[in-house]
Amino acid sequence: MMMNAIVFLIPLFPLLGFLVLGAGIRVIPRKVTALLAPGMILLSLISTLVLFIGFHPSTASQVHQLFSWIRIGPLDIPFAFLIDPLSILMLLIVTGIGFVIHVYSVGYMKEDPGFNRFFSYMNLFVFSMLLLVMGANYPVMFIGWEGVGLCSYLLIGFWFKNHEFNNAAKKAFIMNRIGDLGFLMGMFLIFTTFHSLDYQVVFDHARGMTPGNPVLAGITLLLFIGAAGKSAQIPLYTWLPDAMAGPTPVSALIHAATMVTAGIYMVARSNILYILSPATMAVIGITGLATALLAAFIAIFQNDIKKILAYSTISQLGYMFVGLSAGAFTGAMFHLTTHAFFKALLFLGAGSVIHALGGEQDIRKMGGLKQAMPKTYRTFMAATVAIAGIPPLSGFFSKDEILAKAFEYSPLLWVFAVAGSLMTAFYMFRLLFLTFSGDFRGTEAKRAHLHESPAVMTIPLVILAILATFGGLINLPALFGGNAGLEYFLEPVFAASGSVAAHGTPLPPATQWLLMGVTLAGVLAMAAWAWKRYTAQHRGLLPDDAPRTFAERVGRNKIYIDELYQLVVVRPLMWLSKFFYEIVELRFIDRIVNGVGSLVVRTGNTVRYIQTGNVGFYMFVMILGIILILFFNILI
Amino acid sequence: MSTLSAIPISYYLVFCSILFCIGVTGVLIKRNALLILMSVELMINSINLLLAAFSAYTNDPAGQIFVFFIMVVAAAEVAIGLAIVVLIYRTTHSIDIDVLNKLKW
Repeated sequence: MMMNAIVFLIPLFPLLGFLVLGAGIRVIPRKVTALLAPGMILLSLISTLVLFIGFHPSTASQVHQLFSWIRIGPLDIPFAFLIDPLSILMLLIVTGIGFVIHVYSVGYMKEDPGFNRFFSYMNLFVFSMLLLVMGANYPVMFIGWEGVGLCSYLLIGFWFKNHEFNNAAKKAFIMNRIGDLGFLMGMFLIFTTFHSLDYQVVFDHARGMTPGNPVLAGITLLLFIGAAGKSAQIPLYTWLPDAMAGPTPVSALIHAATMVTAGIYMVARSNILYILSPATMAVIGITGLATALLAAFIAIFQNDIKKILAYSTISQLGYMFVGLSAGAFTGAMFHLTTHAFFKALLFLGAGSVIHALGGEQDIRKMGGLKQAMPKTYRTFMAATVAIAGIPPLSGFFSKDEILAKAFEYSPLLWVFAVAGSLMTAFYMFRLLFLTFSGDFRGTEAKRAHLHESPAVMTIPLVILAILATFGGLINLPALFGGNAGLEYFLEPVFAASGSVAAHGTPLPPATQWLLMGVTLAGVLAMAAWAWKRYTAQHRGLLPDDAPRTFAERVGRNKIYIDELYQLVVVRPLMWLSKFFYEIVELRFIDRIVNGVGSLVVRTGNTVRYIQTGNVGFYMFVMILGIILILFFNILI
Repeated sequence: MSTLSAIPISYYLVFCSILFCIGVTGVLIKRNALLILMSVELMINSINLLLAAFSAYTNDPAGQIFVFFIMVVAAAEVAIGLAIVVLIYRTTHSIDIDVLNKLKW
């Protein structure tokens, strides 16, 4: 009972926060909001920690039912929460990172007139995300899934007076809808196949099916479309870079640490379905790898600090999908966790820089911020080293686990994945050096304005930096004398898949060391190259209209994918709408409707003269009518 | 009862039809509102007679009971009709229905 109450308390706090802040949006003073909004997330975090401490991975997963939600015939959907190692891991990430970012936002959004609105959306987001990860069946997950999509839309378009930002919000919403349709159809197919949407029932049934079952392949492919929309994979990734229109803490929380990982979580949650569909796994692997490489390539040529991080997020999500497709569910979840630490940190660091520069996001106008913002610099560097995969920071271990699994799967996959990770190292160090080293390249007015952010912003940075640095310890591989804690913790969730999956022979330690060494050498070389190019030689600072090589032009213009979509999807759709409006609507439907109207008017105009006003005539017509009726009655 | 049923039903049918047609003709050709009302009464009574005749012919009293009801309703109808005629007379100083041709188009 005690446990039960705590489980329900976790999502209740942010919901309460949202309701209170939403209702009192015009009356609650800023100081109260600044305590209330992070406070609610903190209470949620504490409840999660209590749950986590009381939880033992060996105990069976628990389902806590709140009420029976939908019951029609065979369809029975309880509003229930599932507590197992996977959901606890996600709960810790969401509430933990969520709390840190809420605290940071208090400093970042201090001057904003929409302070209360911002925090009410943020609390609603955390609530939705908690529903998403706690749901014990697909529909409850779907509520959260849609909820986070809505909050993402609201927060991207938070500064709604800017038309561009509104367009970015709409783009994110529409692209997510496409994915959601896949998710929805996947749910329909699950229900027609298994007659239930409950995780436990579905997975138990699926366990008995043969690998390669076409129905399972259909279900998993449809669900993956949903995951691709939410987690920004090819072909539905173009919304994420545009989503950077939102406030920077939003980018950190929603578009880096939590919401975009929902797709990964969903695939990991449905691991048994995926492991039984090798075809889908291949699709996921190819999509993930292509996304990872493409996004990393684009990131090299971007100049907007947040856009670079956005493409980096897309690329890292691609890695997680590669990990999933290689059957490394724990590896993917591990990378999800460490990525949440260092990418949230990178975004918050970028926010701190943008804050100091009064809204400037172009890295060509930064530089030399090392002296002015030492705390931001140090934490940002920790995150960069972590994401680049340099030991002993967290990113190294998680990325290495995925790379090792990829090598087991196929060495070719490993080669491509390493290429992506080299690009990652290059663009991250490019970003770091251009922002923090060298001389300041902005205006004098901005130089005078430079300052380190207040403690309310730097303390979250430090906390995240500690997590990003030591986060790797939660799943230290045996090779380094660790006990693979996360692997053991998550083992019950992935146990069934593990027994189904074909066991590749684990790599001998010598090979592992070799692979690691090769990757590490490459990463360090890339870092050195970036240092040489951007710090020593000051290259890459070309103005927008400078002549560029072909590769640079392609990369700068995001491989013209947006233009391609414009050409292939948006234009034909516009054309079709125009056709339906101008031809079908105006020429046919409107004419029919107007024709009926004018026909009635014209007939009325003619026929009204029958109304002569002569009573004798009326009576004559009446009797004639009766006679006619009788006559036809006899006739028929 | 026996007198009624002694006459064949076809006689009644013909007689009532003639009465009804006279009523209809009256309604159609007369211009005096009072005469039109009287023609309507003639039509109603032809139907009443037919109901009574069939009632006797089929030995079913329901028809005759029905006649009583019709008489009650007809009385009410005549009262209203005459009231309308009185009002028409007051406004137009005439009961010629051809005068009442203002309400048109």
